[in-house]
Amino acid sequence: MASEDSGDGLREETMSANRRHTWEGCSVLLDINDGDRLVFAMLTHGATLKIGKKKFPLAPLIGCPFGSLFKVETSSNGSHLARFFPSSAPEAATEQVKDHCHASVEFKDNRSLVDNNTAQGLSSEDIDSMRREGATGEEIVEALITNSSTFDKKTTFSQEKYKVKKQKKYAPKVLLRRPFSRSICEAYFKKSPTRIGSLRVDALSLLLSMANVGAYSDVLVLDTVGGLLTGAVAERLGGTGYVCCTYFGSSNLPIDIVRMFNFSSDVNSRIVQASFTDLIGEDNDEPSSQPDNPKAHAANTNTLLSADSIIPKSLVPVLHDESLEEVIVSNAKFSYSKEIFSELNPMQTSPHAHSRSLNEDGRNAQPCSISEKLIPPGRKASTELIKTWKRRGFTSLIVAAPEMEVDSLVQKLLSLICYSGPFAVYHHCLQPLAICMHNLQTSKMALSLQISEPWLREYQVLPSRTHPHMQTSGFGGYILSGIRVCGGSGS
Amino acid sequence: MISSDPSKRNSFERCISDGDLVIVYERHDSMKAVQVKIGSEFQNRYGAFKHADWIGKPFGSKVFSSKGGFVHLLFPTPELWTLSLNHRTQILYLADISFVISYLEIVPGCVVLESGTGSGSLTTSLGRAVAPSGHVYTFDFHEQRASLAREDFDRNGLGSLITVSVRDIQGEGFPDEFCGAVDSIFLDLPQPWLAVPSAARILKQDGILCSFSPCIEQVQRSCDSLRQNLLM
Repeated sequence: MASEDSGDGLREETMSANRRHTWEGCSVLLDINDGDRLVFAMLTHGATLKIGKKKFPLAPLIGCPFGSLFKVETSSNGSHLARFFPSSAPEAATEQVKDHCHASVEFKDNRSLVDNNTAQGLSSEDIDSMRREGATGEEIVEALITNSSTFDKKTTFSQEKYKVKKQKKYAPKVLLRRPFSRSICEAYFKKSPTRIGSLRVDALSLLLSMANVGAYSDVLVLDTVGGLLTGAVAERLGGTGYVCCTYFGSSNLPIDIVRMFNFSSDVNSRIVQASFTDLIGEDNDEPSSQPDNPKAHAANTNTLLSADSIIPKSLVPVLHDESLEEVIVSNAKFSYSKEIFSELNPMQTSPHAHSRSLNEDGRNAQPCSISEKLIPPGRKASTELIKTWKRRGFTSLIVAAPEMEVDSLVQKLLSLICYSGPFAVYHHCLQPLAICMHNLQTSKMALSLQISEPWLREYQVLPSRTHPHMQTSGFGGYILSGIRVCGGSGS
Repeated sequence: MISSDPSKRNSFERCISDGDLVIVYERHDSMKAVQVKIGSEFQNRYGAFKHADWIGKPFGSKVFSSKGGFVHLLFPTPELWTLSLNHRTQILYLADISFVISYLEIVPGCVVLESGTGSGSLTTSLGRAVAPSGHVYTFDFHEQRASLAREDFDRNGLGSLITVSVRDIQGEGFPDEFCGAVDSIFLDLPQPWLAVPSAARILKQDGILCSFSPCIEQVQRSCDSLRQNLLM
């Protein structure tokens, strides 16, 4: 096995161990009822998840392997989430349905169904009292079926659908998913597509391939999709190479979504930011632009949190604070970080922060969770790095900046990419890309120019019931891709 | 294609040297992978190109033939390879490849299995995705195709990341030595459901399987098999 052959097998193991089980403070994606709802969460002891009208603590999820299933379990002291291992029961049901449809054509249909709200014998009071007596979700679903006067008249398929619907309400399932570029992109696309510029997962995947993102690449990105692109690139770099987020003007772009990825310090340290002015700068040694504005950054983080998750807000400044501390310790060159730190400190009223610094001084820190010594993503690119990139060029470029004037930007950015370096530009509109393509063609800076429209259609696949989903995203935006070449007006 | 050595990676400082694999780009629908060798010549409809003229030029250069025709010389990437490789079988193209790699959640360091190897179009991208510390084990029951694919991977500098073996995965399943050690599995087989029980046994907890079939009937049968074998 490769992991055994490689020299640093131990580190490999810790890394993969981290990836397979959750830990306190780790970011997870919770999939409720087979994709009905997707929620990002930070697994802390205080964190809760709201299902229906009830809140459930997330503590039981800590230390469990990703891919675990949880359901609500009722006990004497209330209900809580408990891990469960699906038996072969659902398969048996599927088998039954399969046998059934192979056996004969059903003669049931909906001719005798009347929508007068009398089919269900159980009232909501009955159900509430069952709950109080500690009935499980499955028992309630069974009772609903027994008391439904129309259940037997339904077709087998319809019966199964009825069961699934009731199960979702009375016996919800929670799947613990590993946050990964794919799942993060899908979750945002479903919940708040505008935050990620409606970048669908197939378009994101294409961008990564088209820009040849792999180990040891130095990828230049312009990311106004909240850091999703930056995170996805960093994930593919796996702690090698660099992803450099560039920006025009004085303030860098928010990359908060990167925090959802559970990156190690190794990976985070490969995510850097540099203004375009610094990247093209005429050999002036010091980066000229302002250090990033911590207030703006914090505000952005909060927007993200309130919109998407149940992370306790108090946690955020703590993480932020620690990360800045780490910058100072790890790299003396980042002297401006100190200013940010002291600027931030007066704002820092969270009790966590104080206890944390006490621990630091007293050397009696608790057995540390990963987040405690984490290098933050998106530090400013060092002068040395910028110099290297000026000399060698970036290996590729990805632009996902639907709000910006891509045409002029792409030509500027492309001059930083080495010859034969591929690039990909995402936009939700065709016209800006068409203009950009035309201009690149005339400038002779690039070849293999192509505009692609990603296309994705999801299907329900079940025995005898395979069909495209009723609702699906019909729009994946457009991607302009190409390869930079020698010559042309850019060199 | 992938190297930890900065002097071998593509950059402004990297020039074409003897022995390099270059992609000769004629048009968007016509390109060819060529190994540079002093003394050799490349011929196409635009004339004859001396390899010796290419050496010392950066990748991305426009080079001219004796007749004054021109081509561009590009640094090989898995995407260009997919467009220029020899088709020994039907191959996967960029849209599917990128989707598959995202869905398989492959990151550097992963151990990935694939069957069959075919012409190695996807395999090349899998190699890039697992580099530098992971590995791709790919299986094909066709001895000659397997060895041709192996040669291709070596030429592309992916030989240390990809192991090609001859094995009938539908008939024999994946080798037991992989049990519990595999992050992701990709199946491109005519009857993938036959390989699913074996795949389920060797995947890690929370590992991912992806099966590619042209027909929905095949997908449906695979889904049945997955429901029976992969749900725990």
